[in-house]
Amino acid sequence: MNLKATLLGAAAAFAMAPMAMAERGADGHVNIIYWQAPSILNPFLSGGTKDIESASLIIEPLARYDETGTLVPWLAEEVPTVENGGVSEDLTSITWKLKPGILWSDGTPFTSADVKFTADYCMHPEGGCAQLTKFEGVTSVETPDELTVVVTFDKPTPFPYGPFVGGESPILQAAQFANCMGAKAPECTEQNFNPIGTGPFVVTDFRPNDVISMEANPNYRDPNKPAFATLTFKGGGDATAAGRAVMETGEFDYAWNLQLAPDVIAGMEAAGKGTAVAGFGPLLERIMLNNTNPDPALGPDERSVVRPHPFLSDPAVYKAMSMAIDRPLLVEVGYGKAGRVSCSWVPAPAAYAIEVEGCDVQDIAGANALLDEAGIVDTDGDGIREKDGVPLKVLYQTSTNAVRQDFQALIKQWWSEIGIDTELRNINASVFFGGDPGSPDTFQKFYADVEMYANTFNGTDPQTYLGNALCDKAPSPANQWQGENISRFCSEEYDALHAKLATTANAEERAEIAKKLNRMVVEGGGMIPLVHRGRLSAHANSLGGVKLNVWDSELWNVADWYRIK
Amino acid sequence: MTDTVQHVEQTEASRSQWWDVWDQFKSHRGALVGLVIFAIIVFGVTLGPFIWRADPQAIPPVVEMIKQRDYRPIYTALWDSGAKVSWANPLGTDNLARDNLARLMYGGRVSIAVGLTAMVLSIVLGTAIGVVAGYFRKFDGPLMRTTDLFLALPLLPLILVASLLFREPLSAMFGVEGGTFALIVALIGITSWMQTARIVRGDVLALKEREFVLAARSIGTPARRIITNHILPNIMSPIMVSATLGIASSIITESALSFLGFGFPPDFPTWGRLLNDSVDRMVSYPERVIWPGLAISLTVLSVNYIGDGLRDALDPRIRGR
Amino acid sequence: MLTFTIRRLILAIPTLLFISLVIFLLLQLAPGDPMAQVPLTVPPEVKEKMRQALGLGQPVYVQYWKWIVQFFWIEPQVLIDNIFGTSLTEGKLRVISWQTRSPVMDIVYQRLPQTLWVVGVAYLVGILIALPIGIYSAYRQYSVFDNAGTFVTMVGFSVPPFFSGVLVIVIFAVNLGWFPSIYDTTHKVTDWASFKVQLNQMFLPVMVLALQITSQISRFMRASMLDNLNQDYVRTARAKGLSEWTVVMTHVLRNSMIPVVTVIALGIPSIFGGAIITEQVFKVNGIGQLLITSIQANDLPMVQTLTFIFAVLIVLFNLVADVLYGILDPRIRYD
Repeated sequence: MNLKATLLGAAAAFAMAPMAMAERGADGHVNIIYWQAPSILNPFLSGGTKDIESASLIIEPLARYDETGTLVPWLAEEVPTVENGGVSEDLTSITWKLKPGILWSDGTPFTSADVKFTADYCMHPEGGCAQLTKFEGVTSVETPDELTVVVTFDKPTPFPYGPFVGGESPILQAAQFANCMGAKAPECTEQNFNPIGTGPFVVTDFRPNDVISMEANPNYRDPNKPAFATLTFKGGGDATAAGRAVMETGEFDYAWNLQLAPDVIAGMEAAGKGTAVAGFGPLLERIMLNNTNPDPALGPDERSVVRPHPFLSDPAVYKAMSMAIDRPLLVEVGYGKAGRVSCSWVPAPAAYAIEVEGCDVQDIAGANALLDEAGIVDTDGDGIREKDGVPLKVLYQTSTNAVRQDFQALIKQWWSEIGIDTELRNINASVFFGGDPGSPDTFQKFYADVEMYANTFNGTDPQTYLGNALCDKAPSPANQWQGENISRFCSEEYDALHAKLATTANAEERAEIAKKLNRMVVEGGGMIPLVHRGRLSAHANSLGGVKLNVWDSELWNVADWYRIK
Repeated sequence: MTDTVQHVEQTEASRSQWWDVWDQFKSHRGALVGLVIFAIIVFGVTLGPFIWRADPQAIPPVVEMIKQRDYRPIYTALWDSGAKVSWANPLGTDNLARDNLARLMYGGRVSIAVGLTAMVLSIVLGTAIGVVAGYFRKFDGPLMRTTDLFLALPLLPLILVASLLFREPLSAMFGVEGGTFALIVALIGITSWMQTARIVRGDVLALKEREFVLAARSIGTPARRIITNHILPNIMSPIMVSATLGIASSIITESALSFLGFGFPPDFPTWGRLLNDSVDRMVSYPERVIWPGLAISLTVLSVNYIGDGLRDALDPRIRGR
Repeated sequence: MLTFTIRRLILAIPTLLFISLVIFLLLQLAPGDPMAQVPLTVPPEVKEKMRQALGLGQPVYVQYWKWIVQFFWIEPQVLIDNIFGTSLTEGKLRVISWQTRSPVMDIVYQRLPQTLWVVGVAYLVGILIALPIGIYSAYRQYSVFDNAGTFVTMVGFSVPPFFSGVLVIVIFAVNLGWFPSIYDTTHKVTDWASFKVQLNQMFLPVMVLALQITSQISRFMRASMLDNLNQDYVRTARAKGLSEWTVVMTHVLRNSMIPVVTVIALGIPSIFGGAIITEQVFKVNGIGQLLITSIQANDLPMVQTLTFIFAVLIVLFNLVADVLYGILDPRIRYD
């Protein structure tokens, strides 16, 4: 349809204008607000969501995920698969065919050399590329001709859609970044602030951590898009203010990621100027259970390193703790329509999610009975149960965030009803999620019994994410407390099964193994899943074409946005 | 022997002097009203929870929680007969069905304690440094450069470092809540004395060249006595102003610290925190911001008037009239 | 007084160097990680490589020395380049922010206009309102005006800007729609109409900030005036037959200015420091917002540079205050 319109030329485009699609720039100006301000427009140097999403207005990948999580071709002709011959039978190489006739915003043609350059740029050993995992296992990127790119991997890769796919891995222009390789990458301020792209918009003024002014790309591949001539991307403030600016005052058209209590969102929507929309990716709010002993009396080399935990390793204890939680209520209090009850570590895509019995009902009596049966009872009459003389007192930490503090208060109350005493702590997010080995308060150090946060993965394949429960990924002084296995869950059976997943290509078998792994961690005392969280964003009622995408950049289809008249 | 005689004389003199001060203070209407209001607030937050026995942290079981949350204060029924109110919660409940009145009273305990202690610490520190720097020339340079240093230090990293170094030792010494209290008070105290010190020093620099100080010095009065008898009484008013403003900023700073996670546990109410948590719901539930805001303002206002009265009462020139 | 000023200025250099070292060590010691805002989906090995690329692996003294050289040697050259069009600094590494990978000073210049517009104007407005209120409240102590002034200033100071800012937004931006709730930093004043737009968007943040500043300064002004109004020299001046205006506005005011000058001198550096909460609430994105976001992102070169400029201003304005003391009260001597 679009291609046809191009071929038919200007006359046809004019004829179509009165219908749905206006000509480029006909709808004037659009305002977007992100309460975290973008610092840089080069996703390879930052990795922050705010930077990746703002850059996605300008630079684009070969293929990306749409709002349903399906891969769709973007700068490529089609998504290569084994069936269409794009992926080799032995799963070691993938061949991308680029769409012909695409121009960079400076008017030069987009070629396979740019794609190869992007790979070299990110894989440079001194560059400090934030998206290096996207290029894991890549041995070479070849360009047989101007429109063909062949990526070769060092071993069979059942999921070869890492490089050049999704908002995290867009294509940079080789000519612009040629002098910015490796150690020079951070010095290229001009390039990092004003990347030349193939996307619908180009930067006219970038003010780091404040505001970006953009205008429509004159060389965008669809001559009728984008509908907006100019765009303002404002950053800063807080989620409440962003929501207010869209839904109450109408100053802005789109507000990103409004982590606010449902009653606050509802109050804003009542003003009638905007609508909140939710989408669900694999983001899961969970309580991690410490499998090691966090006793402050232990030395720095043993605290949160030596196993086992004095009581959390007992299945009766963590099962009872999970049973005491009323998940539907948590959803209602904290997330509303941006939350769902879930007990699956990987809650989405649906193929990898598991059902756990009793997940959506609170059972205080059952939890108490379970603990009584296990012989964990209150022996000294202080209302707190003891296991082998150790009282069930837990330190429960999380990052500072209004909804998380509400959750803490509720869960503390429920656990008190099953004889577990809880001490709460909240830690500034920049310390909690910062990996500083010198700080005792990071989530990796886990100097507490349980801690709550949310985690997710990019794209739709959970293999790497499931690797977060492997024994050797546990943080410890030996690896400067770096490692993704926060709960220090460790099982030989799990490690073996995960190794099998990495070599399985069949989609159904993969899903089967992934579910088994998922269940082992949830039922084996690695974590207590709480809420499957969605992304909640708001758009003005006058802004059309918004399709909330949680699998890729939220601004993925900004070229299709238009003003409802 | 002479020492004791002198001592006795002094206490007699000062007793009658304090009596005069009280007489003068009583005649200051604003100060009396301030004292009464302050007393009511202090009694309210200390003894109130023994009368109003609701638990500020308890959340009712699930079904009740849904029913009992977001109650409006009882007075809303006056103009809105459909409002969700209950005599069991005169000031309503919050979004987790915790009683607002109980939270306000418990919150006041911490806020007033932190506000007063941190204020006293910062005023004592600031006055001492200011007086020493202003009076003794040889200490002026080093002390004022230290003040410049403290003024320049970025607060947040300082708090991070202090919390990293002292949190666990203090918790071990005073328990979790005591340790947090000591940490917060010390942090606010040592990061807010600089303004007082600069102001006091400026005044002392001018005062020590005045005739009465020169006269005292020429008859051989020791520096310590000149400071306590001649300098300090004359710099009371800027100190009083610093003190009143200090209480307000300590209460607010405490909430900022707790919000960032360096203060009290998250379910522990304080006035600043109640205010902070309720800003998002200001339109639907104005009472949740009005009451803590009013409590802070009233405390500061009453202390201000008490300070006014005290200053007037301590000023011999006014006392005579 | 001149020798005093010169001596203090020379002494300021080692002081400032020492302050910069203390700030640097403090920032090094503070827990935090420039990778804190990178999503959890980026694995630790990659984060470690990114840290290396930022120069984090180097010893502390090397990092400090690099900053000293960049700030005191290269940045002044950049300034010269910009003014005279020379090219002294081509290829030399400036102080680079970790967050944006761009020169710190460029961002500071970019942020200065909105900070000066909002915080500077608020300070000016605050002082202009506070002085008359303070003077008149003291002159008519316990009058209706004084009591009303006390009430308003005390409530104004007790209500934190995270509340008062949102309150004025809800009233004036959401319900009445008179003012915008978000400050447009790209707005340029070119003519009368755009100046009015600028005034319009400045109004709310300036109001919130000025209330705080007014409260503080007017309280000190009032207290200091009260102290002086009862002094013997005032009685003498009145007995000489001087007019009330002359007595109050020249004799008493001049002698009451010392604490007020101190407070104002302490406040002026904070104009540069910005107003963290108010800037956040109104999205002014000035220096205050820059500082807090860099602290949260552990962007040490940025925090270090901003804090150091702040320290320079503090040292400078405290010196100005000391000089002013001598002018206000010639009996004060430092030598």
